[in-house]
Amino acid sequence: MSRVIALAGNPNCGKTTLFNRLTGSSQKVGNWPGVTIDRKEGRIKAIGAVLVDLPGIYSLSPYSPEEVVSRDFLLDSRPDAIINIVDATNMERNLYLTSQILDMGIPTVIALNMMDTVRRDGTVIDTEKLSKALGCRVVGISALKGEGMDELLEAISSAGETPKPVRLSDPLEKSISEISGKLEGKVPDGHLRWYSVKALERDVLAIERIGESWEEISEIIDDLEKAEDDESDSLVASERYSSISDVVVSSVKTKRASGGYTTSDRIDRIVTNRWLGLPIFAGVMFLVYYISITTVGGWGTDWVNDVFFGEWTIPGAAAWLESMAVDPVLTAFIVDGLIAGVGAVLGFLPQMLVLFVLLVILEDSGYMARIAFVMDRVFRRFGLSGKSFIPILIGTGCGVPGIMASRTIESERDRRITAMTTTFIPCSAKLPIIALIAGALFGGSALVALASYFIGVLAILLSGIILKKWPSLSGTPSEFIMELPPYHIPGVATVIRSTFEKGWAFVRKAGTFILLACGIIWFLSAFDWSMSMVGDINDSMLADIGNAITWIFVPLGWGDEWQFSVGTITGLLAKENVVGTFGVLFGFSEVAESGDEIWPIIGAMLTPIAGFSFLAFNLLCAPCFAAIGAMRRELGTWKATGAAVLYQCLLAYAVSMVIFQIGSLLMYGTFGIWTVAAFATVALAAYILVSKEPFARARQKISEAAA
Amino acid sequence: MATLREVACGGSAKVMRISAQGPMRKRIMDMGITKGCTVIVRKVAPLGDPMEVCVRGYELSLRKSEAEAIEVE
Repeated sequence: MSRVIALAGNPNCGKTTLFNRLTGSSQKVGNWPGVTIDRKEGRIKAIGAVLVDLPGIYSLSPYSPEEVVSRDFLLDSRPDAIINIVDATNMERNLYLTSQILDMGIPTVIALNMMDTVRRDGTVIDTEKLSKALGCRVVGISALKGEGMDELLEAISSAGETPKPVRLSDPLEKSISEISGKLEGKVPDGHLRWYSVKALERDVLAIERIGESWEEISEIIDDLEKAEDDESDSLVASERYSSISDVVVSSVKTKRASGGYTTSDRIDRIVTNRWLGLPIFAGVMFLVYYISITTVGGWGTDWVNDVFFGEWTIPGAAAWLESMAVDPVLTAFIVDGLIAGVGAVLGFLPQMLVLFVLLVILEDSGYMARIAFVMDRVFRRFGLSGKSFIPILIGTGCGVPGIMASRTIESERDRRITAMTTTFIPCSAKLPIIALIAGALFGGSALVALASYFIGVLAILLSGIILKKWPSLSGTPSEFIMELPPYHIPGVATVIRSTFEKGWAFVRKAGTFILLACGIIWFLSAFDWSMSMVGDINDSMLADIGNAITWIFVPLGWGDEWQFSVGTITGLLAKENVVGTFGVLFGFSEVAESGDEIWPIIGAMLTPIAGFSFLAFNLLCAPCFAAIGAMRRELGTWKATGAAVLYQCLLAYAVSMVIFQIGSLLMYGTFGIWTVAAFATVALAAYILVSKEPFARARQKISEAAA
Repeated sequence: MATLREVACGGSAKVMRISAQGPMRKRIMDMGITKGCTVIVRKVAPLGDPMEVCVRGYELSLRKSEAEAIEVE
């Protein structure tokens, strides 16, 4: 079996760059069990070892999922060696993690990254001295430029010695050795120091593993705390930092006077300036949107949809299949079902790739952290993160890249809620529905579009409050103690690689599901129950299904006409299908994008209130299959994705019912059992929003099931 | 006792005690704000919250509600 080596380090220290350098193209991306954190693994060919990339972390505390995943891996899978990458321009904080890693007793090599920057600043680092003080090998490298790689590889392949832990102050060391005495034989030998220190910190997960000896240990800690007049966790943290500080002072000679302003500081003073901060942010967001959705990305998507699939692939395949005398049913299945289905996925790709390039640049340059810094105040009020703004903005163009942009949010809970709510904002494919309803029922008023965006934003913000109260998504509010990394110019290779990885993951994972779903809807719309193909969608199974379920929508004001139900179902393929489906259902072979031809028909069928209710439902309910596929990727399981779609549909139903019933009461004075239901819904929503714990019973059930 | 929240922009203070509890307490200490260290307040975000501080040679942002849990002198 080949040696397993773990790569650990802080966020923003060049870990990904080093990982790519060491493993080249042999990478496997998966998930850590139970969380949606990427688990990357690759082979270091030169020394025949497997490199496991741990998430970027600041500490091995038991709180964030990233930290838990990392420490469980180091404790339970016990890799043969650890490469600890350390940012040489920010040694103190980086070595704090190092001092915890060294406690684990696993052979460790420190890769001191960004040595090129350090040299440029005129700082001199004595790696020999550092190595002696830390009791493990230290190799100076530059992951970006590929410096020091040979020496690093040599150091890893010869690493086998148990490192010497960083010594804390005498009183602490005395308590640690007393605790070690109690724990000896109860934890694995190599982990004795680690468990002793963690027990001293009263670390919850360590206590769980220690079990019965805890009471005696607790007394040792009490004595120490009394003697030192401070809590033990605070003692350990400050002692770690002061030991490291001594190490850094003795081995680093810096030229820069402390407290001076660097280029990065100067950029930051403008970018997050009290007055310029918001305008600059708005400008950057406009640029991202303009380049990825309106211009470059939009052109690419239009080209793929209209030319690549519309003019080449679909007619080409149809002609070729015809020339081969393939059965027309099979031809229709391949062309209209499969190829059109693939097209539905790949059409998004150009926009997504352009967007990803821009997002990686924002992230890598350090600006993304400033976006969170500037916007945090607004979104925190609604239980979301400052970074939630980016997915929502992108979502106005297309929900698929919008959902995927939620990846940049660190807090898993904020990320999940953002991924679940991003599609409430009207995306560009929903604009034809807005145009249809505005044109047919509101004389083309621009207020309809404005109201649509307003409903979307409101749905996101209120959902933020509601979902934060749901047991599996709640907890203590996430803190905002976040590093603001120095600005730097992102590496071209990193940008390309990261963009490609994200794009490919989407095509592969979402592609299979979307293809299947599109195939099914196509099948239902092209065949009748005797499995013979129909020329007119009015005779298809889909029409019957629409008829059968349309009663559900009667309280929303548009259930009396089955065509609206069918339109809503075909909207699951792509929202722009809704208008096209109406065209077919009302007997037009082709309709303009905004459906001018069918305006009079819809105008005769629906009241303006019912039309607006239909619009609201289609804006908020389950998004298209491509977006559901993207949600699946961010949420991790089908169960969570199903719950998210259910929530979206329920919310859409509630909002549309309230609009129609209360709207009708105010406009036409109609009153019935559903009017009462609408008022009850409003009351329930108000209760959920105001109450501290509206889902107490669900929480109880979950904890009972767990026990 | 004064907290980090009350320190003016450009001012600095010495940390005396972390009064936060649970994950927030651990996170504050893990990021290098420990008893005895010096924190410089750089600026406040355009909308008045969060704030940016410099600690152990790097920039850190934290909300005012979190700064309130850091006692300084």
